Amino acid sequence: MAPLGRACLLLALAVCAYGIGASLYGVRGGRADFRDSGRRAMYALAGILAVAFAVLEVAFLRNDFTFNTVADTSSRTTPALYRAAAVWSSQEGSLLLWALLLSLWSSLALFLVRRRMREVAAYATAVLLGLAGFFVVLMLVYATPFATTHPAPAEGAGLDPLLRFPTMVIHPPMLYSGYTLCTIPLAFGIGALLARRVDADWTRIIRRFAIAAWLLLGAGIVLGARWSYAELGWGGYWGWDAVENASLMPWLTGTALLHSLMIQEKRGMLKVWNMSLVLATGTLAVMGTFLVRSGILNSIHAFGGATLGVPFVVLIGVLIASSIYLVVSRAKMLRSEHRLESLLSRESIFLANNLVLVGLCFVIFWGTYFPLISEALSGRESSVGPPWFDRYTVPLALALVLLSGIGPVIAWRRATLANARRNFTGPTLLALLALGALLVAGVQHKPLALAMFCCAAFVLGCIGQEFVRGTRARRAIAGEPVPVALLALVRRNRRRYGGYIVHIGMAVLFVGVAASSSFQHASELGLSPGQSSRVGGYTVRYVRPTATITPRQDAAHTGSTLSLGAVLDVSKRGRHVATLRPSQGYYDSGESAQGSVGHLIGGQPVSHISMSAGLTRDVWTAIAPDISSPSLQRIVSAGNRTLPPDEGLIAIAYLARSYLRSPPPAQFHLIVSPLVMWIWIGALTVFGGGLIAIWPVPSALRRAESVPSRALPSGELAQA
Amino acid sequence: MNPARKRVVRLIVALSAAVVLASALIYTSFSAASPAISPSQLVRRAQPGRSYQLTGTVVSGSVHRQAGVLDFSVEDRAGGTKVPVSYTGTVPDPFREGREIIVTVQKRGARYIGERDSLITKCPSKYKTAPAGEKQNY
Repeated sequence: MAPLGRACLLLALAVCAYGIGASLYGVRGGRADFRDSGRRAMYALAGILAVAFAVLEVAFLRNDFTFNTVADTSSRTTPALYRAAAVWSSQEGSLLLWALLLSLWSSLALFLVRRRMREVAAYATAVLLGLAGFFVVLMLVYATPFATTHPAPAEGAGLDPLLRFPTMVIHPPMLYSGYTLCTIPLAFGIGALLARRVDADWTRIIRRFAIAAWLLLGAGIVLGARWSYAELGWGGYWGWDAVENASLMPWLTGTALLHSLMIQEKRGMLKVWNMSLVLATGTLAVMGTFLVRSGILNSIHAFGGATLGVPFVVLIGVLIASSIYLVVSRAKMLRSEHRLESLLSRESIFLANNLVLVGLCFVIFWGTYFPLISEALSGRESSVGPPWFDRYTVPLALALVLLSGIGPVIAWRRATLANARRNFTGPTLLALLALGALLVAGVQHKPLALAMFCCAAFVLGCIGQEFVRGTRARRAIAGEPVPVALLALVRRNRRRYGGYIVHIGMAVLFVGVAASSSFQHASELGLSPGQSSRVGGYTVRYVRPTATITPRQDAAHTGSTLSLGAVLDVSKRGRHVATLRPSQGYYDSGESAQGSVGHLIGGQPVSHISMSAGLTRDVWTAIAPDISSPSLQRIVSAGNRTLPPDEGLIAIAYLARSYLRSPPPAQFHLIVSPLVMWIWIGALTVFGGGLIAIWPVPSALRRAESVPSRALPSGELAQA
Repeated sequence: MNPARKRVVRLIVALSAAVVLASALIYTSFSAASPAISPSQLVRRAQPGRSYQLTGTVVSGSVHRQAGVLDFSVEDRAGGTKVPVSYTGTVPDPFREGREIIVTVQKRGARYIGERDSLITKCPSKYKTAPAGEKQNY
């Protein structure tokens, strides 16, 4: 199987080279047949890389340890679901996934535009094949997924237990999809500059793929945050870690692009800015991949081998240099058709929103790469922590939420006082009402959280008002009941109302972030069975210890050899609230040097948290059992001395029984966080809104819309 | 004021604001940053009240937990100088003896106090299991 995989990579490289040549010859020589052939090369590449990926996937599922990457990242005790996902846990496999997704998304993009913008598409094909070729070269030269060892080891090292979480199946593919989709607008941007064609059709193409990239990258980020919250045993969802930041930066510039593209569509303005955002978003996506793959910065994600740094630096250098050259040399073509008429207009608010988003991106970029910057400038590596990030990002986030309420309702070109009064009186009153209610509730000691809640109320007021007005207008047209009118309103203007739903979701998400970060109660404490402690108004009692052995009994289905935990009773004012069962899994290290018993639990221990999640608060717990107590260590040592390798589990069973009989005090991490659920609800709302916005409007609907609209007064028409 | 002049003034104001904000950002990043240093550098340079990002390897047999405080020693990657650290806060799952860590510390007497929740554990590789030299704390 490995030779087939290697042959696929060689063939893929040849196809990339041919496709680049054919596309460039087709566009420069005016040969449509070569342009089409270049596009088909991308389809062929997707097919070839799919075969290569299938070869690797089958090797993982069949435990074919002749493949080095399978032996390094999988094992027979790794559950089948995680064996399938282990493909992208390795450096080599994740490069293959990146290249595969790039070729698949590129094929889809090129198929959809096959009869439009042929010159631009041909250049874009060459750029996309160039990027795919880069990843294929990495796999052929630096990190090949098809390297083999004969004879094969009897057992693999196993998937890192930290990665044995259901999100592992979906989070990396989602994130990579977002990254690879970011490169499609980049390729079409370069294509448009080379072909000297930046028109409405180009904007439409860019917008569709920019939304898709934004949507999938955002979903990947939120899934990562959720994974972190529910798995990593620290109870947080965002830590300003370099890898998290790497994915957030292109998402921020992508968000800015989606807004400023609207100004280009409506008013022919900001063309240089939009083109710069297109190129910056694609480059930041490649930089994100570089950061993850190169190990150049310290991260909680902790990467390996730094062999890929130099090729990535070269690629990023080429992207930045060519982007600057193309934008500068085509500056005349990108000149704005109109000028900003007033600072009180939708264009200005969108521009302000863009500046805030790009400012946020700059802050995060500076903080993330500061260790490299400080080392280059002062010769000493330094880094900035979460407080530094919070100092800048919190006020910028507040401004962003506020603008997300103003932007959708303020008038284009120039807002009048009457327009402002009509649109902002209700939302401002709602924000003031929220402020009053919160002050009465006694949350004045957290002014930034208070400001965020008021801004969110303002946004909900602005957007809610738009829905009410639109629904009213629909009812005036057709006399439909409210739910039908509301649905019809969204269906007929999916982009606009999808965007509004995204704004609602973001406001809700920020409420969750502000509440959970400002009003969280956390405690680290040691408890023995029967003891209790209080955290955030809740009483937590350690009822009894738990222990399970063998991978089959592992309640979390992660393939741990031993799992030690606790049953906790959570109550408030004497009333039972929840029963929690946190545990810690111990895994086989595969290291015989640790002894016949020691190796069974000598791998990476992983927390399996337990929480009671609710709309108002989450009670979250993790446990660190004391497995180093002398009595338990004696069992391991005795087992190591006396038991043969295949009977080590006898000692583990005895250890589990001993732990249940006389459990040593365990260390608990307890957190009570308010409104965390609203982060996930907000994210789902954003995702739903994004899907609505990207969903194509059926042509029948577009035609039908024009008939009744003639009966509407102009003010209502604008809302419908 | 004519429109062209108005645009120039706006541009100057916007650029000045951007320069001021960027300068503040750059200045605060240098003043708030913690230098990353090894245990032997920390012993030579540490001043009380100042934060440092200590990077090194957790010394075998040095990990003890008592009443919510995690005590351990960190040594240079190549061995040699060891510094004792008392840390409270979240301990990442990959933390163990022999593993490389990063923790923000302040000197207090002969000990170094870890800043709450600042402990980061570096795996030798994200993708591979721990090498044989790393010991599980059982």
